[in-house]
Amino acid sequence: MAERTGMVEKRGAGLWLTHLGLCIGLLFIFFPIWLAFVASTVSQPEITQPPMPLLPGDQFFENYRKALLAGVNAPVAWMMLNSLFMAMGIAIGKIIISLLSAFAIVYFRFPGRKTFFWLIFLTLMLPVEVRIVPTYEVVASFGMLNSYSGLIFPLIASATATFLFRQFFMTVPDELAEAARVDGAGPMRFFRDILLPMSRTNIAALFVILFIYGWNQYLWPLLITTDPSMNTIVMGIKQMFPSGDDIADWPVIMATSILAMIPPVIVVVGMQRLFIRGLVDSEK
Amino acid sequence: MEKRVTFKGLWLPLLLVLPQIVITAVFFFYPAGQAIWQSLFIPDPFGLSMQYVGLGNFEYLLGNSYYRASFVTTAVFSILVTVVSMGIALYLAVLADRLIKGSGVYRTLLIWPYAVAPAVAGVLWLFMFNTRVGVVTWYLGVLGYDWNHVLNGEEAMGLVVVASAWGRISYNFLFFLAGLQSIPKSVIEAAAIDGARFWTRFRTIVFPLLSPTTFFLLVVNIVYAFFETFGVIHTITSGGPQQSTTILVYKVFSDGFVGQDLGSSAAQSVILLVIVGLLTIVQFKYIERRVHY
Repeated sequence: MAERTGMVEKRGAGLWLTHLGLCIGLLFIFFPIWLAFVASTVSQPEITQPPMPLLPGDQFFENYRKALLAGVNAPVAWMMLNSLFMAMGIAIGKIIISLLSAFAIVYFRFPGRKTFFWLIFLTLMLPVEVRIVPTYEVVASFGMLNSYSGLIFPLIASATATFLFRQFFMTVPDELAEAARVDGAGPMRFFRDILLPMSRTNIAALFVILFIYGWNQYLWPLLITTDPSMNTIVMGIKQMFPSGDDIADWPVIMATSILAMIPPVIVVVGMQRLFIRGLVDSEK
Repeated sequence: MEKRVTFKGLWLPLLLVLPQIVITAVFFFYPAGQAIWQSLFIPDPFGLSMQYVGLGNFEYLLGNSYYRASFVTTAVFSILVTVVSMGIALYLAVLADRLIKGSGVYRTLLIWPYAVAPAVAGVLWLFMFNTRVGVVTWYLGVLGYDWNHVLNGEEAMGLVVVASAWGRISYNFLFFLAGLQSIPKSVIEAAAIDGARFWTRFRTIVFPLLSPTTFFLLVVNIVYAFFETFGVIHTITSGGPQQSTTILVYKVFSDGFVGQDLGSSAAQSVILLVIVGLLTIVQFKYIERRVHY
């Protein structure tokens, strides 16, 4: 960002008011997260006799150890691993199939190319939530309930990424493909040595968005993972609430909530530039 | 748009698109087709046979007061989520835009909720407003207000709206901030020299110039409220009390999986499909216009 000094930015009292306004916003954003963190460091009685404390207690290691190693239905460490497989599978799987098909529709003329392009376009419109029942039946008929492939495949069956890579490939100068052809390099050589390295940033930005998308899935894992050992962490939290009138194990549940947000927060904050780029790209 | 330079070959490109074709055919087009097909039938209670009813499922749905109520609930919910979330985000973006230094720090902190899954956001807000242990509930009680979203439909709606809007602030903030920063400073300074105060400048210059961003965010947020808030609703209210927070997507789930009413659930899917289609057309129309700018 360029240096911006103008007469309409605030100094003095106005500046402090601006900071104050932003801090009120931050308070609204972080209060729920802070409270969850505090709850994950105190003991159950401190929560069940309200009001709970607003500063962390001394049960941090106790609660997190209990959550990670025992959990309620399944150890949370195990659920995190499931989430990791699912998120990575969705991100990597979708990037690979999209790169290949975008390469084909941009750099080749083959029968059905137009039709294919429009079919892809159609998938941009329909989130998985809308077709859950029939998709569930398909996955069940393949025996893919409670499996990673069942978690991953239905969620990569959309063409958002293909569309994105197509847009990017269209901006790659024709001279590069021409040069590759003159030098006698085949299409796959061109793809691997020129196109892929050029797409690095796009791939990384898309990876960030897809990883978070995959990690944060809720409805789909809820439907197809009936076996607690296949639960992902985001859907597993709700399963930790007891049915009926029993009191929930709040410290463990809140520790799990914090654990569920750590990986995506690290990705978003740590790769902020790529994240913002991915966000803007995928809305174009 | 076409490439001038292409490679020759027939089998290679077909091989390249094959993985995507197979996956989308099996997990997208077949199920979507099934949804449309099933919406025309009523299965018998044992699932042994299907009876063709034509548009009967749709007629039944549109005549069903619960379904119509769910339409209204969805409309109220999505409008509230969109307005609350965009309002807060715009307020924060305008403030951050006024800073010469330090707006990066705020941005880093304000993008956190994007990383929090809707279902997790639901649990966080449920915890604060839990009728037994919630901190906010307790302090409201001290002030003499008896909060109970388990029984009170309006409080339940308020809670799912705030939790959903909270998770969406980051996204709206980033787009608003980018929109604000793309407005030429000289335009605003010219107005300042003419003596226009902050509010006048905002109303007459900044907000109109921001309208493409605002319109884009309106559509995107409505789509978000329609489809991606399932986790919030399932964790906080499960659609209750008395269906007061049962939005359309939640009803597809509860009728299809809990109620096992496949014909009705499929018909609801088809109706949702039409709604998404319309929203997408609106969005593309808008993008087309933006390109012409």
